[in-house]
Order: sequence, then C-alpha cells, then structure tokens
Amino acid sequence: MNNHPVFTDNDPQKETITLNLGPTHPATHGVFQNVLEMDGERIVSGVSTIGYIHRAFEKIAEHRPFYQITPLTDRMNYCSSPINNMGWHMTVEKLLEIQTPKRVDYLRVIVMELARISDHLICNGILGVDTGAFTGFLWLMEEREHIYEIYEEICGARLTTNVGRIGGFERDFNDIAFAKIKQFLVKFPPILKEFEKLFNRNRIFIERTSGVGAVDPETALNYSWSGPILRATGVDYDVRVNEPYSSYEDFDFDIPVGNTGDVYDRYIVRNEEIWQSLRIIEQALQKIEKEPKGVFHADVPEFYLPPKEEVYNNMEALIYHFKIVMGEIDTPKTEVYHAVEGGNGELGFYLVNDGGRSPYRLHFRRPSFINYQMYAPMSAGMLLSDAIINMSSLNVIAGELDA
Amino acid sequence: MGKLSKQIILQKITSRFGEQISVPTDPFGLLTFETSKDNIREILTFLKEDKELQFNYLTDITGIHYPENELGIGVIYHLHSLINNVRVRIKVFLNTENPVIPTATTLWQGANWMERETYDFFGINFEGHPNLVRILNVDDMTVFPMRREYPLEDPNRVDKKDYFFGR
Repeated sequence: MNNHPVFTDNDPQKETITLNLGPTHPATHGVFQNVLEMDGERIVSGVSTIGYIHRAFEKIAEHRPFYQITPLTDRMNYCSSPINNMGWHMTVEKLLEIQTPKRVDYLRVIVMELARISDHLICNGILGVDTGAFTGFLWLMEEREHIYEIYEEICGARLTTNVGRIGGFERDFNDIAFAKIKQFLVKFPPILKEFEKLFNRNRIFIERTSGVGAVDPETALNYSWSGPILRATGVDYDVRVNEPYSSYEDFDFDIPVGNTGDVYDRYIVRNEEIWQSLRIIEQALQKIEKEPKGVFHADVPEFYLPPKEEVYNNMEALIYHFKIVMGEIDTPKTEVYHAVEGGNGELGFYLVNDGGRSPYRLHFRRPSFINYQMYAPMSAGMLLSDAIINMSSLNVIAGELDA
Repeated sequence: MGKLSKQIILQKITSRFGEQISVPTDPFGLLTFETSKDNIREILTFLKEDKELQFNYLTDITGIHYPENELGIGVIYHLHSLINNVRVRIKVFLNTENPVIPTATTLWQGANWMERETYDFFGINFEGHPNLVRILNVDDMTVFPMRREYPLEDPNRVDKKDYFFGR
C-alpha cells in the first residue's frame, strides 16, 4: 500500500482521491481533521491537522493566580474534568508542601474514580455506536447521568466541574451525595454486566474490532503512549501505582493489561478498569467511615479561603482572605512536575514558579495530544471504517488535544 | 535485573558526563540537571540505550523563556525509566536570537509533535526534525506567542476600555 506513486492534485495519472475526514464530521466526535489519501476504501496516507479549538491555556495560566487556573483545566479533558482539577490542586499542594488529611484524599479518590468511569463509559459506548450498535451507548449514558448527578451534589456543576480547592474541597460531601454514590455502586454493576453481555462475546463486534489498530509495546512506548491504550499493548504503566498520589497506595486494585493493543483489547481494558474503579470507590467509602467526620480541607489558612461569614466577622479570616485574593503570600521559587492518571493516560503538570501568585510557566502534558500523533501513521493501509473505530477507541478529546 | 535506586542512577550519570552537565539537583524528588546543546543528543542516547538505566519513555518536551538571561530560551526534557520508576529532567538553554538544538525524533517518534509544539510557541529550531511546522497556531502566524514579550490580550474586558468613560 505504501508504494503508491505520489502525484500532484492536478495530475491526470493520480489514482488516489483526497478525502477530508473532519473537522466537523459526525464520525469524529470532535474537531479533528484528517486529510486522507484514499485508494478506494483503503487509506494510503494521512495528515492530521489539529489546533481548531486551541485556547492558549498555557499563556492564560501565566496571568492567573493558582486558584483561577482550575477552571482552565476543566476544559481540557471535559469528559473527566475532576481528574484535571485535582491533578492541578495536587500540583500546587506539592509546590507549597501542603499535607492533605486522609479523608480529603479518599474523597478525592472517589470523585476521580467516578470521573474515570464516566470517561471510559463514553469511550466504550461510542465505540459501540461506531461499530453499529446503538443500544449499548444509550444503556450507559443513563449511568453517566447518575455520575453527573453525584458531581452536582458535590459541587453544583456537571460537566466543567471546577471541583475542589487548593488544600481540599470547598465544602463537605452532604448526605445525599453519599447516598447517591452508594446507590450508584448498587445499581451500576448489573447494567455494566448487561453491557458486557451485549459486546464482549458479540461476533459482529469482535470481527469489527479485533486486529484493528494493533500496536506492539515497543512502538507504543516509542510514541510515548500512556493510559488504557498503552496498557492494552501489555505495558503495565499506571501512574496510580508507579507514583501513588492522593493515597492510592492504601487501596487494593489491579491494573488490567491487554496483549495485542488492538481496538478490542482497549475496549476490554477500559471495561475492566471500570470494575477496578468501582472496587476502589467501595474501599474508599469504607475508609472514610474510620476517618474523623467533617474534615474536608487541609488546615492551611494561607492558601485556603476562609468561609465567607467569617471574613465579615473575624479579623484573622479577613486578613487571610485579603492576602489570598490580592496574592500577597510568598510561594517557593522552584519547579515541580506532578502527574496523575487521567482518563486517557498520564496527565502531567509542569509548573515553574518564580515566587509570585501565578506560575512563571505552566505546561500541561496532555495525553490525548501525545497519543493522537500516531493516528495518521497507523491509519495507513487501514480501511476507512476501521480508521473510524480506531479513532474512537483512542478516545482523543478535542479539548485536551488542543489545550 | 533489580531496580536501581536514584543514587546509583545519579552516580552513573555523573561519572559518565561529569564535566558536561551541571550539578544535579533534586526538587521534589525529580533529578534535574542542565547541559549544553552540544551534549544533549549524546546524553539522551546514553540514557535511553544504557542497559541498566533504561530511560526509554519520553514523558515530555517543552520550552521556557527567560528574557533577562543571555541564554534565554530553554528546552526541558522529562524522561522516565519505567523499569526503575525514576524520572529525570534535563534542561538546555539556548541563545534567544537563534535557538537551535538537535532533534530527539531520531530516538523517540513521540518527540515529533512535542517538538513541533515547542517550535510553535517558542520558535526553537529542532535540527533534523522531519516536519518542523506550526501545529496548534495558524500557519501564517509570524510570532512565537509563548515568549514573554508578547502580552496576553484580554478580549473579555472590552467593558473597561477608556473611551467608555470619556477619557
């Protein structure tokens, strides 16, 4: 396939056709443009064009105080924004050397694992749609809705959550939130089982997905892949285990790995990760019972805004409020890299601080951006319909791709 | 092969490249050192291909700009040895007028877009890169927007323009 002679567009001898897949094609789930050279149904070569929703977050972040960068991170991977939010908070906590109480860590773990579940649900549901099975998608969307209701109970928002603050949460989880999480743990597993029954051993699904986009571990590592798609190739790299953050070392869970790295393996790995996330949430709920009640943030008045009613009635709170808002608290002049396991892989924050209230330089290591660069090379030789499901199983999120 | 501790890794690197790298520091548990652009390719190759170190995973490449320094443009590499579970950060500072550095795409395919992004925002020329063109910004852009001399324009605050207040 790759030996095709290359002709210019006007050459009468040109045998391939140029096809614009995207930027707003319904099969691409976002703003992705791929200019493909097609020989019939087969892709000869492709060029990815990205940057359609680039919003210059890194530049904006240089002009925002630390706590105002959280909403920017929401808009990167908007399918699992709590992971981005908390990854950012933990980066700043690392910089400021803030120790969060265990209960805060566990609460964070619950929210992050819920986010991971919703991220994987979307990816696997949409993979079903792209292979021609709409039912599974609708089955799972209802459950995602329940996760969003839990977010709503915790922070008031659904998609771009802006949940938590530097040092913990802005408020404690209320009883309804806990009730909803427990209800989710009861009601969701049977539905996921049913979803797996629809797909796991489904002949049509296996024929469509197995062998498509197979990647060997060496190539995947050479392309700096991370997340479920790397684990599907057989590399057991997970930031939650390699560099535990937010007390992940207290939990007992497995890292599922595949062996061929094709679309089917990625699907299986994601589904298995959902089960593991449920396990983690269950353990976290048990652990929270043993922790002192009502602790939802670290005791760091220099960085954690006091409650509003105290600001009006209490001198100390007023001073701290003023100092935080006006940015009069010194921060260490150093640099820090913190990574969390996002929905799509290693989500890193590289923060260079010059002692001021906003970062001197902030770089986001965005897994979608790095994972996606292999898409065009690996599409060469594929059928167009295979390339579509390959893209949806990479789970590239446009917001994270472009930042 | 057992896991290597960070001290042993540090020793190996300093004994091999003692003169060519700066004194390594360890902010928040991440080995950090500087080197020059003449040595960077050799160091990256050594780190990647050494049988014990195995820094085979390129986490990230990014840039930074310090306008007051003579060597004002920095390139920052984050490598990760998945086997030993140790990260290392390497910095190279370049001339602001003409920042040129050898590419890492010969070692990692994944460096391709990372370097393109760094070029796009800082104007760093990665010598030997197969396709060094802009990636996120529009193609006809003439500046490198993450450099410090380009201020952030805030299009949202049109409400505070002077002419609304008769000034």
